[in-house]
Amino acid sequence: MLRFIARRVLETIPVLFIIVTATFFMIRFVPGGPFTAEKAVTPEVMRNLERAYHLDQPLWQQYANYLGRVIFHGDLGPSFKYPNRTVNEIIADKLPVSLELGLLSLAIALAVGLTLGVLAAVKRNTWIDYVCSSAAMIGICVPTFVLGPLLVLTFAIHFGWFNASGWYTPIDRVLPSLTLGCVYAAYVARLTRGGMLEVLNQDYIRTARAKGASETRVIFHHALRGGLLPVVSFLGPAIAGILTGSFVIETIFQIPGLGREFVNSAFNRDYTLVLGTVILYAALLIGLNLAVDVAQVWLNPKLKFE
Amino acid sequence: MLSRLTLLLAAALVFSGCAKKEPTATAGSGSNPPARKILRFGNGSEPQDLDPQIVTGTVEYRLLQTFCEGLVNEDPQMNIIPGVAERWEISPDGLTYTFHLRADAKWSNGDPLTAQDFVQSYQRELTPALACAYAYMLFNHVRGAKDYYDGKLTDFAQTGFQAPDAHTFVLTLVQPAPFLLHALNQYAWYPVHIPTIKKFGGMTQRSTAWTRPENFVGNGPYVLKSWTPNQLIVAERSPTYWDRAHVKIDEIDFYPVELADTEERMFRAGQLDITNEVPLTKLAIYRREHPESVRVDPYDGIYFYRYNVARKPFDDVRVRRALALAIDRESLVKNVTLADEVPAYNFVPQNLLGYRSTDSFKANVAEARRLLAEAGYPDGRGFPRVDLLYNTLEKHKTIGEALQQMWRKNLGVDINLVNEEWKVYIDDQHARNFQIERAGWIADYVDPHVFFDLWETGGGNNDSNWGNAEYDRLLHSSLSARDNTGRYAIYHRMEKILLDEMPVLPIFYYTRARLISPRVLGFVNTPVDNCPWKYVDLAP
Repeated sequence: MLRFIARRVLETIPVLFIIVTATFFMIRFVPGGPFTAEKAVTPEVMRNLERAYHLDQPLWQQYANYLGRVIFHGDLGPSFKYPNRTVNEIIADKLPVSLELGLLSLAIALAVGLTLGVLAAVKRNTWIDYVCSSAAMIGICVPTFVLGPLLVLTFAIHFGWFNASGWYTPIDRVLPSLTLGCVYAAYVARLTRGGMLEVLNQDYIRTARAKGASETRVIFHHALRGGLLPVVSFLGPAIAGILTGSFVIETIFQIPGLGREFVNSAFNRDYTLVLGTVILYAALLIGLNLAVDVAQVWLNPKLKFE
Repeated sequence: MLSRLTLLLAAALVFSGCAKKEPTATAGSGSNPPARKILRFGNGSEPQDLDPQIVTGTVEYRLLQTFCEGLVNEDPQMNIIPGVAERWEISPDGLTYTFHLRADAKWSNGDPLTAQDFVQSYQRELTPALACAYAYMLFNHVRGAKDYYDGKLTDFAQTGFQAPDAHTFVLTLVQPAPFLLHALNQYAWYPVHIPTIKKFGGMTQRSTAWTRPENFVGNGPYVLKSWTPNQLIVAERSPTYWDRAHVKIDEIDFYPVELADTEERMFRAGQLDITNEVPLTKLAIYRREHPESVRVDPYDGIYFYRYNVARKPFDDVRVRRALALAIDRESLVKNVTLADEVPAYNFVPQNLLGYRSTDSFKANVAEARRLLAEAGYPDGRGFPRVDLLYNTLEKHKTIGEALQQMWRKNLGVDINLVNEEWKVYIDDQHARNFQIERAGWIADYVDPHVFFDLWETGGGNNDSNWGNAEYDRLLHSSLSARDNTGRYAIYHRMEKILLDEMPVLPIFYYTRARLISPRVLGFVNTPVDNCPWKYVDLAP
């Protein structure tokens, strides 16, 4: 298993390198730059701006300098849009916010999603199944930018229990986490139901029942482990997405997370911030996919590390 | 696995369940005595920085005007009033401005604010390595400033920025600039605290920590108390500001809320006293149900379409005029833009600093059809393919569609709408890679000069390929006019040229709509979208 992980980690290096290189050149070939503005600065000012950020050097040299700084110093450079902050600082500042939002949403998604999914599968084709499945379907269909404002309208404006937006006090976490959690809960519920249904028909479940195991034990001990497989593969990329923040949720609720920076940096042509967030996102995605593979083998006796 | 999950969920529930909702004022206000006046203001977006020599933008302008002050200031009616300088003299030739600084002017750390501070601030701004975007605001006007910026002059003492003594600051210009006192209110002219800047990275470093709340030193009515990026900037009344006796609000909380809909919900939930915008869809409802909460102010800017006069069919002035005469601006502002915008039949916002155009054009469909026929496109027949370029935004799309309909109906011409992402669109605009495009222009300071300067031949923001030698000559002669009456008379002649040649298609003059709590008193949104804070108060 250790060999498997070590090999996968090593494979990550060229992948990250390709992602960084492609991003570096792609963002440079996009029209417009960090200083493209409606009020054009004079040519001499523009020259000085480019010199200040070394944009006047040949592109390959900028690329080499960037790679050198990132690899040897872990320095992702200064932000173009926010001159008094470095990309490292912005990420250090905002990643924890996205992580907190992500973890809370994930907890909600798993708690709600797994419960609904297992219930629906166990009580297949009864009214319980229909209610759970419909709830999941609605969750998938209602976008966050509708659900979020609806929750705000009801609980913040009508009942006055929460702030309408912001990230100031612990209670401000409730509405955004609920909004983001509900969407993922819907997917988790559907995947769990599907996975469970497949497993519940397997021979080893019948064997377990025949050996007199209680229904609770059959479901939670024998079936759930296999039934969760599709959920686990879904969770890898989903967790990466959820942890790096959600642009929509962060904008609607005015949350200082990384998701907004990730999207806005591209609009701002904030070259260094784009690269910084892409590197982080790529590393997270690769890392979590690896974690999913490990979890798959652990959950599914048919799989082996190789 | 499940038990761990349950634990996590329980923790999350306990975590959220235990927390009590704070009063609406949220962070920064929990421990304040009740008498404290706190104004909560929606400021649009996160500022880039708070260094007046680095930033560009109105969000930053509003903050800097809170933390800094220039030589002179403007009252809510845009009259020039004393700032750091308590009085000033202008030489008869309009080239020398002598400012007498008040003896009690202080920085927020208690240091006295002297004329030398202004000289050093401007020296920093003109240092090429700093790459200040607005350096041209200085070097276009002040003697020797351009040479210093270009490295032809190394001794800053040789430039037109002089401090004969600690309380006298003298500016010598290359040519008269009758609008200079208003321009001095733009943040590029604010002083910066050089010792602090030197302490954190030096005079030429762009990215330093001097603007962090723990380090920031300013000279405005408020000091920077805290800055949580993308959440909140807290400004607290300055104990050292010379006019502190007239500052009424104890604390201003700036919320960088980007989405108008989010702001509106925060306003309704009592989290904001003043919003930055009003969602268009909600404006009518607020006007009907809560008219006391809606505020619409004039905004010194124009929304227009720019022709590329080097491209067919807009190389023909008759086509340019025809399109301009064939649209119903009244209907557009009433049914589409909705915020009391003023239909534009000339090129300069009206009634600011006493400026009124003497000539204007009128909507006239029959005349438009005649012009189009004369240009060779009777009833739009044979009209070439025309793409109207706009930056991707719902509002621009709706306006474009409305005008597209009017042109189809009134002239029989079909115009394609093409949208591009903001920076791509700007890039195409500056490269003049368009036929006709949406555009807007907001003044940096209040003076009609801003809008005439725009159309100088080859001007950095002209982008229309249009130019006229007589127009340029008048523009230059306007600077030497004895007084505003003489200057405005020259502008009237320039407007005639614009009306004849129609290099752009004026649509409307902007307004600024905000939601404002009735307990806010004395709030004024100036035409350059500033809010002079010391006039604002809160009802108990």
